[in-house]
Amino acid sequence: MSMVIITINGKEFSAKTGEMVVDVARKNGIYIPTLCNMEGVIPQGSCRICTCLIDGRTMAACTTPVSHRMNVETNNAELEKIRTTIVELLFAEGNHYCPTCERSGNCDLQALAYRFNVLVSQFKQIFPTRNVDAKNPKILIDHNRCIQCKRCIRRMGGSGKPAWFSFKDRGHKVKVNIDHELTADFTDEMAQKAMDTCPVGAILKKEKGFDVPIGRRKYDTEPIGTEIEKEGAKL
Amino acid sequence: MSRKITIEPVTRVEGHGKVTIQLDDNNQVAQSRLHIVEFRGFERFVQGRPYWEAPVLVQRLCGICPVSHHLAAAKALDVIVGAGTGHGLTPTGEKMRRLMHYGQIFQSHVLHFFHLASPDLLFGIDGDPALRNVIGVALQHKELAVQAVMMRKYGQEIIKATAGKKVHGTGAIPGGINKHLTAAEKDFFLNGADPMNIDKMIDWCHGALDFFKGYHAQNKDLIDKFAAHPSNHVSLVRKDGAMDLYHGVLRGVDANGNKILNDVDCQTYLDHFDEEVKSWSYMKFPYLKSLGKEKGWYRVGPLARMNTADFIPTPLAQKEFEIFKAYTNGKPNGMTMHQHWARLIEILHSAEMMKELLNDPDLMSGELTTKGTKQKEGVGILEAPRGTLFHHYRIDDNDQIEMANLIVSTTSNNKPMNKGVNLAAKQFMNGQTEITEGMMNAVEVAIRAYDPCLSCATHALGKMPLEIKLLDANGKLIDKMDK
Ligand code: SF4
Ligand code: NI
Repeated sequence: MSMVIITINGKEFSAKTGEMVVDVARKNGIYIPTLCNMEGVIPQGSCRICTCLIDGRTMAACTTPVSHRMNVETNNAELEKIRTTIVELLFAEGNHYCPTCERSGNCDLQALAYRFNVLVSQFKQIFPTRNVDAKNPKILIDHNRCIQCKRCIRRMGGSGKPAWFSFKDRGHKVKVNIDHELTADFTDEMAQKAMDTCPVGAILKKEKGFDVPIGRRKYDTEPIGTEIEKEGAKL
Repeated sequence: MSRKITIEPVTRVEGHGKVTIQLDDNNQVAQSRLHIVEFRGFERFVQGRPYWEAPVLVQRLCGICPVSHHLAAAKALDVIVGAGTGHGLTPTGEKMRRLMHYGQIFQSHVLHFFHLASPDLLFGIDGDPALRNVIGVALQHKELAVQAVMMRKYGQEIIKATAGKKVHGTGAIPGGINKHLTAAEKDFFLNGADPMNIDKMIDWCHGALDFFKGYHAQNKDLIDKFAAHPSNHVSLVRKDGAMDLYHGVLRGVDANGNKILNDVDCQTYLDHFDEEVKSWSYMKFPYLKSLGKEKGWYRVGPLARMNTADFIPTPLAQKEFEIFKAYTNGKPNGMTMHQHWARLIEILHSAEMMKELLNDPDLMSGELTTKGTKQKEGVGILEAPRGTLFHHYRIDDNDQIEMANLIVSTTSNNKPMNKGVNLAAKQFMNGQTEITEGMMNAVEVAIRAYDPCLSCATHALGKMPLEIKLLDANGKLIDKMDK
């Protein structure tokens, strides 16, 4: 495997060819916000939150492989504006009622909104009519909160494995479909894994919620990305 | 360009009070009605939601008493997850919940008495409105105002330590609670620097009671006669008849002290209660089935609880209870303004309960939750600051809420408040053809005795949004006043 040298925010790092920019940055303690991306899951670059300035062009850091002498800028006013706008659009597009959602404090979308200081969306709320699919005995999908990131589809099924989750319909009607027959004997572990895969409160493990008290939830004490940045400070 | 904005019931949660008073040909009060724009939409909102979300969702009903809704919903869900009711929880689960509840009663009653009721007492019902408010109290009775602020803060800190947040926390979950009390928290509440410790709070409760009793001795007419009327009373009591604000059986007594609801199991409330709908009010009128619509209405709240309970299981409050009972020779007390007295006795009881709980090691360790065989339906009832609060849920095969029924205390007190308004109107408006500020406040004082949640939105300023209309014998509007 050959190595390349890339520059991120003015500093040089070595990386393996084929690695994605977002992963190289993370390993070196530089936080690039992500939402549809998940470590260990094939990236798809759909949410664009990770947009960076790569060799002068705005590109998704999760689907851009490194190349020798690549120059990456992870943050500036324009990029921040792009990211903020994406978060605002996502909030306007779904029905995200944080105060009553059990993922509050542990939700990537909410945490990004806090990190970018999004207090109100500049876009009009769409208030779509969506439902809750709770037919599975172990998990439920609350379509009101789904941001169509496909993390569940990519991580919980995929090549060779049965498609537990899939997309149904297209355009603005697209929604995640759960195959009730294939998932009928979901174990508690699978249910937990599905819930942990979802970056928001769309997939929930049944009959358990709000069990982590306020103050001890994932993002109660530190903004999203702090963990990575702390590692960076140590390097 | 100015524009009039009409706030429809759908945009408000328990919002605006409206009173219409109809005079006869001799300008005597013929009829009065209190209309409360109450929003029952939450029963629809929760349909389809996963059941374990209910305690966090329904507390949004109110910004003043969210803890009560949070706990009542959690109690109903205890039944659904098979944890049983009340003592079915683990010691930690039940005691943390109780601590939260007493913190809520404490802070809510303090807010009510000092911020809302005391201005009327200190400055008179028709006193100068410029002074007759919480600011006036702060200016002229500084020590009272400081106590009020600190006591309320203490209660709120208790809520925060148990629910996670002062308002809209998440502590109570089906089958228990999600946290223990830490040693630091326990120490803070028991031994905090003056005045933030439980002994000081108990001291101040006595101070408030002394203040009330002194005032009562000087103003017997107002306290004993204003809007007084006999009625039935309903509340939870412990199985042995003791006052219990968190859990128990439903008891009702009539004006003579006869039991009209004999310590029944909360799960069977529908066998005993029904609600009447009237065309002129958004709010329903609950009544006891056994007595029928006409006679079955009842009061809930602090006064009702003094009338239903046989004793108070904490020594200091029990002493005050005995004084209270002796005033009516042990008979049920229908004096509306004695609600305030009862409320102060409950503040003391809550403080004593908090002290007992804070010293209990179960709060700091032990299993948080429990569950058993799942049920499809559950009822959770508790004594909220303003009275008995009913939450009832049914779930479907997919764990989604299929039906919710809530009876809030303000609804139970609908008829009594109407009665109080009528009495105040007769006392202050007979023979009058225009509304004065004093009359308006008299009507408010009658309503305020119940601390109804219609004042939720503007509670803190001591103002309730109220509109009064005076109609002549032909139904023609002759005067109108609002604030
Ligand atoms: S359910 Fe969750 S993980 Fe799946 S697409 Fe929707 S938001 Fe992404
Ligand atoms: Ni309320």
